[in-house]
Amino acid sequence: MPEPILDIRGLEKTYKGGVQALKGVDLTIRRGEIFALLGPNGAGKTTLIGATCGLVNPTGGSIEAFGLDTRKHWREVRARIGLVPQELATDMFDKVIRQVRYSRGMFGLKPDEARIEEVLKALSLWDKRDAAIRELSGGMKRRVMIAKALAHDPELLFLDEPTAGVDVELRRDMWKQIDALRARGTTIILTTHYIEEAQEMADRVGVINKGEILLVDDKDAIMAQLGSTEAHFTLESALADIPAPLAQYPLHLEDDGKRLVYRGGDGTGAGKREVADLAKLLVQQQIAFTGIETRESTLEDIFVGLLEDRQEVAA
Amino acid sequence: MSSYMNWRGAYAILRNELLRFFRTAFGSIVSPVLTTSLYFIVFGSAIGSRMAEVNGVPYGAFIVPGLLMLTLLAESTSNASFGIYMPKFTGAIYELLSAPVGVAETVIGFVGAAALKSLIISAIILVTATLFVDYSIAHPVLALGYIVLVAAAFSLFGFLLGLWADGFEKLSIIPMLVLTPLTFLGGTFYSVDMLDEPWGTLVQVNPVFYLVNGLRWTFTGQSDVPIALAFGMTLAFVALCVATIAWIFKTGWRLRE
Repeated sequence: MPEPILDIRGLEKTYKGGVQALKGVDLTIRRGEIFALLGPNGAGKTTLIGATCGLVNPTGGSIEAFGLDTRKHWREVRARIGLVPQELATDMFDKVIRQVRYSRGMFGLKPDEARIEEVLKALSLWDKRDAAIRELSGGMKRRVMIAKALAHDPELLFLDEPTAGVDVELRRDMWKQIDALRARGTTIILTTHYIEEAQEMADRVGVINKGEILLVDDKDAIMAQLGSTEAHFTLESALADIPAPLAQYPLHLEDDGKRLVYRGGDGTGAGKREVADLAKLLVQQQIAFTGIETRESTLEDIFVGLLEDRQEVAA
Repeated sequence: MSSYMNWRGAYAILRNELLRFFRTAFGSIVSPVLTTSLYFIVFGSAIGSRMAEVNGVPYGAFIVPGLLMLTLLAESTSNASFGIYMPKFTGAIYELLSAPVGVAETVIGFVGAAALKSLIISAIILVTATLFVDYSIAHPVLALGYIVLVAAAFSLFGFLLGLWADGFEKLSIIPMLVLTPLTFLGGTFYSVDMLDEPWGTLVQVNPVFYLVNGLRWTFTGQSDVPIALAFGMTLAFVALCVATIAWIFKTGWRLRE
């Protein structure tokens, strides 16, 4: 297993009003991975990031980053972490390039115009470097926030809802940027409630709800464990029962026998293969069908299922 | 290991704050200079020419240190309070809290920039004053030292105010309801000899009275209070502000949730 870059143990945060945002969170992040932290609004995602980056005082537990305690060695740790917050929070009247230089300086690094140029070009901001931030579009402003966080070349980057409120095209563009960062060796923790984002980007996924981590695993393992394929065969003639040669498959009939439904597989493609085999078998058995609709379960289905299961247990 | 000083971080904050000041230089400089010039015209030239000397000093020259102090206190306080309050208001404070900068770098950056801005405005006001009144500075080096000390003290105070404030109203309430009255009643326009009792005694519990008189001594050699007392009280005020700010950063009060 790659060495952990972040190790969170028993992290707790209770706010002044008594709201317990984190209830003993344990989480280990591996160097070089993209980790997606999923959860509904108010699940504790931002508090978890805030506690790691120094914005929130935890009320219990410990956080180690790069093998260092984040409270004792806060300077060393913070110098190596970058944070892109949810809000577009910066001096909107300032120029793009000045704000990026400011961020680099604040993190204690020498001015490096070549590096600033590289960051701005990578984020397609170079042409806008002398524009006031307030004049930019929402997507461009978000890129400025990323440029500021990258100005000191962090080893660990937190992206708190990086594509919230961003249109589809820009979201895909942002994913490319994140991928490029991973290629440079940056470890990335992103929070999102767009499951598609986690599915597209992440190596591992964690699900948090009401201050508790419900699940942490490799994305592919989660899909294999909890994922499934659903296929609907529309039959020319209704069937009364599942024919014996098809009994080995997880099938049932719907719509008065006119629709044969397969629900199985493991989210890694095994289901698709079975559906293909099933189609061949139907032809062999001379069971005519006029259409097939298949659907792979997504992380969203898994996520919703997990939350529902928890609620049922609690009830 | 978390003890080294991030000088580049302190410089980055200082530079950013100064750039912000120069971005709005017209409003930042013209407004206080115009206001103070009006005081010089009304109290220095128009009324001052008909006033008797105060302790052997022409009235126009007598009010120069007081008016300078009035501007210094107002500008230092507002520069520093807005400097730290705005990132709190916009949310940009996240960067400061997540950066490897501690209380020393933050104070040097924000308070240093606020004090520098006040010193620039003070220099312009002193030059402008020569257009309206004749004055000289008896102890120029001490005057400079005292002005720098007061600018630092009230920039620290303004920084505290900005940390404490959770709305624009709170940001303006202390300068408006406390500082301005204390400055006007602190001997800006008069000597304590000119007041009847009990006002003559009451004015001595006003801390700004000592500040104005300390500065007046460096300008005219005349003061209602011993100069050592004025310096001492200003230094004590600086120490109190620094200690409070250090406590705020340690506990995260009004900064970290």
